[in-house]
Amino acid sequence: MPKDGGIGASSKRREDIRFLTGEGNYTDDINLRGQAYVFFLRSDIAHGTINSIDTSAAEGMPGVVKVFTAADFEGVGSIPCGWQVTDKHGEVMQEPAHPVLASGKVRHVGEPMAAVVAETLEQARDAAEAIEVDISELPAVVDMKNALKPDAPKVHDDLKSNLCYDWGFVEENKAAVEDAFQKAAHVTTLELRNNRLVANPMEPRVAVGDFARGTGDHTLYTTSQNPHVIRLLMGAFVLGIPEHKLRVVAPDVGGGFGTKIFHYQEEAFVTFAAKACNRPIKWTSSRTEAFMSDAHGRDHVTTIQLALDAENNFTALRTDTHANMGAYLSTFAPSVPTWLHGTLMAGNYRTPLIYVNVKAVFTNTVPVDAYRGAGRPEATFQLERVIDKAAIELGVDAVALRRQNFITEFPYATPVAVEYDTGDYVATMDKLTEIADLAGFDARRKESEARGKLRGLGVNCYIEACGIAPSKLVGQLGARAGLFESATVRVNATGGLVVMTGSHSHGQGHETSFAQVVASMIGIDENMIEIVHGDTANTPMGMGTYGSRSIAVGGSAMVRATEKIIAKAKKIASHLLEASESDIELKDGAFSVAGTDKSVAWGDVTLAAYVPHNYPLDDIEPGLEETAFYDPSNFTYPSGAYACEVEVDRDTGQVTIERFAAADDFGNIINPMIVSGQVHGGIAQGIGQALLENCAYDENGQLLSASYMDYAMPRAYDMPFFNVDHSCQTPCTHNPLGVKGCGEAGAIGSPPAVVGAVVDALRSAGKDVTHIDMPLSPSRVWAAMQ
Amino acid sequence: MTQVSMTVNGKQASGDVEGRTLLVQFLRDAQGLTGSHVGCDTSQCGACVVHVDGQAVKACTMLALEAEGAQVSTIEGQANADGSLNVIQQAFQDHHGLQCGFCTPGMVMSAAALLKDNPKPTEADVRDYLEGNICRCTGYHNIVKAILAASGQDVSAIAAE
Amino acid sequence: MYNFDFVRPTTVDEAVKALGDEEAQALGGGQTLIPTLKQRLASPSKLVSLTGIADMQGVSKSGDSVVIGGGTTHRVVAEEAAGAYPGLAALAGRIGDPAVRNRGTIGGSLANNDPSACYPAAALGSGATIVTNTREIAADDYFQGMFTTALEEGEIITEVRFPIPKKSHYAKIAQPASRFPLVAVFVAQYSDGVRVAVTGASNNGVFRWSEAEAALSDNFATDALDGLTLPSDDMIGDLHGTAQYRAHLVGVMTKRAVAAAS
Repeated sequence: MPKDGGIGASSKRREDIRFLTGEGNYTDDINLRGQAYVFFLRSDIAHGTINSIDTSAAEGMPGVVKVFTAADFEGVGSIPCGWQVTDKHGEVMQEPAHPVLASGKVRHVGEPMAAVVAETLEQARDAAEAIEVDISELPAVVDMKNALKPDAPKVHDDLKSNLCYDWGFVEENKAAVEDAFQKAAHVTTLELRNNRLVANPMEPRVAVGDFARGTGDHTLYTTSQNPHVIRLLMGAFVLGIPEHKLRVVAPDVGGGFGTKIFHYQEEAFVTFAAKACNRPIKWTSSRTEAFMSDAHGRDHVTTIQLALDAENNFTALRTDTHANMGAYLSTFAPSVPTWLHGTLMAGNYRTPLIYVNVKAVFTNTVPVDAYRGAGRPEATFQLERVIDKAAIELGVDAVALRRQNFITEFPYATPVAVEYDTGDYVATMDKLTEIADLAGFDARRKESEARGKLRGLGVNCYIEACGIAPSKLVGQLGARAGLFESATVRVNATGGLVVMTGSHSHGQGHETSFAQVVASMIGIDENMIEIVHGDTANTPMGMGTYGSRSIAVGGSAMVRATEKIIAKAKKIASHLLEASESDIELKDGAFSVAGTDKSVAWGDVTLAAYVPHNYPLDDIEPGLEETAFYDPSNFTYPSGAYACEVEVDRDTGQVTIERFAAADDFGNIINPMIVSGQVHGGIAQGIGQALLENCAYDENGQLLSASYMDYAMPRAYDMPFFNVDHSCQTPCTHNPLGVKGCGEAGAIGSPPAVVGAVVDALRSAGKDVTHIDMPLSPSRVWAAMQ
Repeated sequence: MTQVSMTVNGKQASGDVEGRTLLVQFLRDAQGLTGSHVGCDTSQCGACVVHVDGQAVKACTMLALEAEGAQVSTIEGQANADGSLNVIQQAFQDHHGLQCGFCTPGMVMSAAALLKDNPKPTEADVRDYLEGNICRCTGYHNIVKAILAASGQDVSAIAAE
Repeated sequence: MYNFDFVRPTTVDEAVKALGDEEAQALGGGQTLIPTLKQRLASPSKLVSLTGIADMQGVSKSGDSVVIGGGTTHRVVAEEAAGAYPGLAALAGRIGDPAVRNRGTIGGSLANNDPSACYPAAALGSGATIVTNTREIAADDYFQGMFTTALEEGEIITEVRFPIPKKSHYAKIAQPASRFPLVAVFVAQYSDGVRVAVTGASNNGVFRWSEAEAALSDNFATDALDGLTLPSDDMIGDLHGTAQYRAHLVGVMTKRAVAAAS
């Protein structure tokens, strides 16, 4: 039932008012007095030795303030990588230096070689054209398998090879997995590619650096999902600025999807150059620049094998994946194909033995890092696709095969190191069967065929590990950061609250849903609560928003801080009511003494905290402000079942999505409207990956899809209305809200359903097709039919 | 520099611009109307859509000087006189037709242009009309729903949550 | 963008004069030229906007032809040519997106002759006459390969005359990213024969498919096209489709255009 407010209500989003009236405050809307603009001269070749860069002509151009090259960054640190993976031989990964401006070599198209600061952006760009760069082009490595050949050109001359690491997981399982394959009644093998994507938040990245000589304070305004992480990484590792002299502000941010997690050179540049030029410096990425400088996503090539016994029980799984790192290690790149991928290979199934091998490879391409789902979509895609293929080979129903192998008892310890606390995969599949009307598919197929179209159905499951993550665990796995979250709750004298969170909202609606949680806990109106995020100057140190962690980890920190507030407020109330603290109850925004009609309103208690005339000063301090840091004990494990129905045009290969249904288990839900919106958006990105999006390079490392003219973004008419349900709820057992997170589910669960549906459609026409690599463009689908 | 004058949201707006100054730059930088956004450089994303003489145009693909003498309206001029959201804006909030908000000004301006031409569009009409407006957050579900609702049509049958 | 001067004359004569300056360039609706300028792929010293010239605006009927001013937007063509030449109006109504159609002009599109543009297919497929400030050019002579036309420096398309066919239709399959035609075919049936113009497919830009024209002139029906194929040698092959696929699509889209012609 819809509620009027608080937890479980579809409260309208308060942030919408400013966005709908043009009063949002995005980074590009920030203009500082005296600001100059930077234009980066970026490499147009993928691999080459820089012989010289002559900036003399550019320096004399109109409006030019200063021209920077790598020589200006001597003594400045490398852009750091935040995760160190140890390979299967116990050796740490190869980790190249990543300069702010290219030094000695360029290693991908788009790498910045020089930067011009000028009075206007166009002047900076004019001057950049006058910079003379003498480069000797080198052969580029683009294909990962070629990059690992002994004679391949090396992306980094000081590394042993282009192999970043060769990771085996779980190495101790390997022999048992081999043995299980020997004994299998059936083995299904599938080779596939998880296509390279570009996250493409609609707001391109922007960074504005400012420096105050009088105080020595640096400020960076940036399009980030995690301003505290940027402050730590850039301050400590790149520029040597202590946190107390560096403020990072991420105001309204126009979407992130992972690619705004990372610390980028442009941020370090504007911060550094603002001091060097003694004036604010602004960089605004064009979309074309974004394609060659935002970290890309996915780009795995995998062979997966599934072993089954004579009764079709899954007995073992092994995978061999090449994961593209690009030319440098982006902030969390090494974790994506390993700990965010290998640990999910059990999926929803009781497969007792699993071995995952991942070779991470350097190539002359843009760095690759987390994109919505990050490792989990890659795991889900290969697992669900190999199950579909096994069902075809065995002549069994693919849904029945899944059901037969579902994990049904929780907690469940997988053979890939994680323990699922809760879930009910039968329930989500039952719910999907109902809402997708799977029983009606045959009739719909006949109707499509009567119109000359092929129709196909794809059904799959997914599980993800999110709410990342326990700091102790990720530390053991190589993270160079903690993954707690924080909140400060400040209660004002007249009863209103300000919640300062280390999470960051860039579309997720935290300002609304976080307020709902606190409102429910205290029993006051949501409008009495303001959520503040995005500025290191007024929020506690937090790790930011990604990995569907904000409500599970950030929300939990906020709950803990609010619990402290309530505990203290009860002490004040007990004093005001002259009653024992243990008898005080908080309900609907009033404190009362159990069993009596004595009560005191929330506002009277909060006023007493700041006007402590009648106050237990011997026991407690005045004021009402608390901070909590929350570090979870486990990941959370949302799961679900998805169904896609497509029509395929026999003559053109065009695919249209006719129906899409999703039954998710996100545990408890704060705001159903917002959760549905998150799932819709995730599904659209998953459909985009499956049908449209492809970041392609040619063999020389030239980016072929460098704008929306060639990178196909999903449009409104590519999508149907989605049928999403999240009524199956097995609450998380280890966080106070029982929530699991919903941000990535749609992008994880949908690609295999789309591909499965197209394959099913083609098979209905007698085509012997078991898999088509994404994106399933009309051209590829038509080719598969020939 | 050349002087350009136009009417923006009912008020006279003028300033000196270069030949190459785009309308969206004039609005954002000279007029401080930062609600119109720039999301691409190939005239595809639609985050910059404004109305010029009553018609939706991409302000990133029109020179400021081309708007000399024109009546321009932007997202900042859409709310009701008392500051409350207009019907389309309210429908976007009611139906969660926005997330990060970056594409939203263009979406609202395109929706307004659509409903002016076609007061009772079908779902297909809405989806077709939004060809030039890209949203990365919503999957368009709630945008389409909001526009249908803003046209006065019953959207209760469309899966909500 | 490189900087440039901007003028907006109100007569063709003034525009021609302004275009006489070195490195001056005409600006129609700017929907292709402005993105090109943003990439700094062109550096005109002066842009001469043609949108202020009243004589180059509008749609009218003259005898058996529809006459469209060179500065007329796609939107206006879609609305005002719908009665006289519905196939042409429908094509104009599906160019780009609504905001692009409110600015983009027929003259601009034909002058640019993008190999994936829509209007060249209509002009060639209708045997249109491209009228400039100095002469009249038959469509068959006008299109001279990708981004190349018969226009001289400074020559302005003032109007385009489209003979009205008995039946016509434009069938398009969009490139998934740009949503320009991946392949599109304009078919028009006239009393003296059928014209078939193909855009998006060929490295040489818009072209007429003469075998299909001959077959359809004998029998204006989809089965007249059975067995007809185009060689893929000159077809565009790229990320979005192989040359073989595009050659195949020409056949499919031609059939669809014939089936839908009205």
